[in-house]
Amino acid sequence: MGNDGRSCIMPSSQGHRDTMNNRPVPKISLIDAEKTYRSSSGETQTALEKARIDINEGEFVCLVGPSGCGKSTVINLMAGFEQPTGGSVTIDGKPVVAPDPDHIMLFQDYGLFPWKTALDNVLFGLKCRGVREGEAKKKALAALDSVGLATYANRHPHELSGGMKQRVSLARALAVEPSVLFMDEPFGALDAFTKLHLQDELLELRKKRLLTVVFVTHDLDEAIYLGDRVVLMAPNPGRFVNIMEIEMATPRSRTDERFDRYRKELLTAFDLVHRQSSMISKTLVTERIQQDGSGI
Amino acid sequence: MPDKVLKVAIPVSAVAAFLLLWHAAASFYPLEQFPRPLQVALAIVELVKAGRLAGDIGISLFRLVVAYSAAVCCAVPMGILLGRCPACLRGIDPLVQLLRPISPIAWFPLAVLWFGIGNAPAIFIIFIASFFPVLMGTVGAIKTIPESYYKVSRNFGAKPSLVMVSIIIPAAFPGIMTGLRIALGTAWIHLVAGEMLGADSGLGFLIIDARNFLRTDLIMAGMILVGMLGLILNSLISLAENLINRQWGMTGGAA
Repeated sequence: MGNDGRSCIMPSSQGHRDTMNNRPVPKISLIDAEKTYRSSSGETQTALEKARIDINEGEFVCLVGPSGCGKSTVINLMAGFEQPTGGSVTIDGKPVVAPDPDHIMLFQDYGLFPWKTALDNVLFGLKCRGVREGEAKKKALAALDSVGLATYANRHPHELSGGMKQRVSLARALAVEPSVLFMDEPFGALDAFTKLHLQDELLELRKKRLLTVVFVTHDLDEAIYLGDRVVLMAPNPGRFVNIMEIEMATPRSRTDERFDRYRKELLTAFDLVHRQSSMISKTLVTERIQQDGSGI
Repeated sequence: MPDKVLKVAIPVSAVAAFLLLWHAAASFYPLEQFPRPLQVALAIVELVKAGRLAGDIGISLFRLVVAYSAAVCCAVPMGILLGRCPACLRGIDPLVQLLRPISPIAWFPLAVLWFGIGNAPAIFIIFIASFFPVLMGTVGAIKTIPESYYKVSRNFGAKPSLVMVSIIIPAAFPGIMTGLRIALGTAWIHLVAGEMLGADSGLGFLIIDARNFLRTDLIMAGMILVGMLGLILNSLISLAENLINRQWGMTGGAA
């Protein structure tokens, strides 16, 4: 489970130095990473406020929070699709400046190419890596096999269900043997049963190789079920509010008493976050109503 | 299979009704002024027998193919470039929007002055007529490529040449194809117009030539041939478009 050597870093200043002195370099490290945007009216908007976390090799970290809390910003910063406007984001001790084939991102909308078959989609990743044709095909088929889609290799994405498409996308990622997977609400568009299946498959796949996973979701149960740690985020401005360690062996049972305790704990924190953000929007609505001079 | 029968029966009866209406309307006029369907059919037979038809159709199609291919070869790469480079598009867009509304027919006096009578003016007109639809279709197709395709390509470290060949062109293909289909229709319309004004052969010339001899039956025969060939061209390119869309999964819902 990779519990040893993990540090639970709170969003405070004391954490990082400990890590530097006593433990190996973390796989992924955010040090006061910040992301601000200039809106069209010239105001600066903070998508992410000084975020700090160390993620160890082989760890599974889930990011949860209401919409607008900057979960996607965090994962895009780590994956190199965006650059921080302050602080630093490093992987293996090196600053992240661009996307890297060693760190593959999976998207909610699968990111598959609709004109390519499942096999060709997986081959694309390998081709980008310059793997030779014959070997690439062998690897691609093996990857499809590992997600249970060997017999669907020649289907096009539109002939596959949502769950199958996300499996193809996973196979494409695994085929290039990355050390990190970034998953941006990968199961968000799937029905409940498919989602449960894929969660288990993901955990199974992770047993076979050393893979660090950062997983964005808005589903608290999913986060507790999968994560070694769950990072709760809050909006306005986007920030980390709580990092919770899930000390349960996998596979976890959703009906377990401890699971329930984590759920309650997260829900309480989440509720607080939610109430704060809805207070803000309620104030805005009230103001607007007062300005209009009419009710809804 | 009443559905299948209806599918054939309705268009057939529509054509039959049209012919009847035509016949009825034409019976109010002298034959020379408004020929009936039968006269027009006989005129087509006459054209076939005179051995003129194949030549006229052939030369018209030749002009179409040359001009249309040239337009596609210029407009598609230019569209890809403009679609990929917003600054270039912003720079050239006013010029394109200025030239686009000018009817290709308006170029005629200049085309004849520059190129004389023959193949060249017609080819020039068709080129202009098909260039803009292909260009606009390609730019639109490139601009609507989902951002995630680029993200995935960057993530796997794809080389720019691979992204172009393996992602951009195929992703834009259905959109480009729509532009190609629209352009083919426009090209065909303007081919006939072009041949009426600046050529001494082809289907357009056939119509103008018939007018000079007051052969209204031949005029209508020419018109019908133009329509039928247009229909065939459109069916062919629609077939190709459907095949591509099916391959791309556009009919089976978004991927």
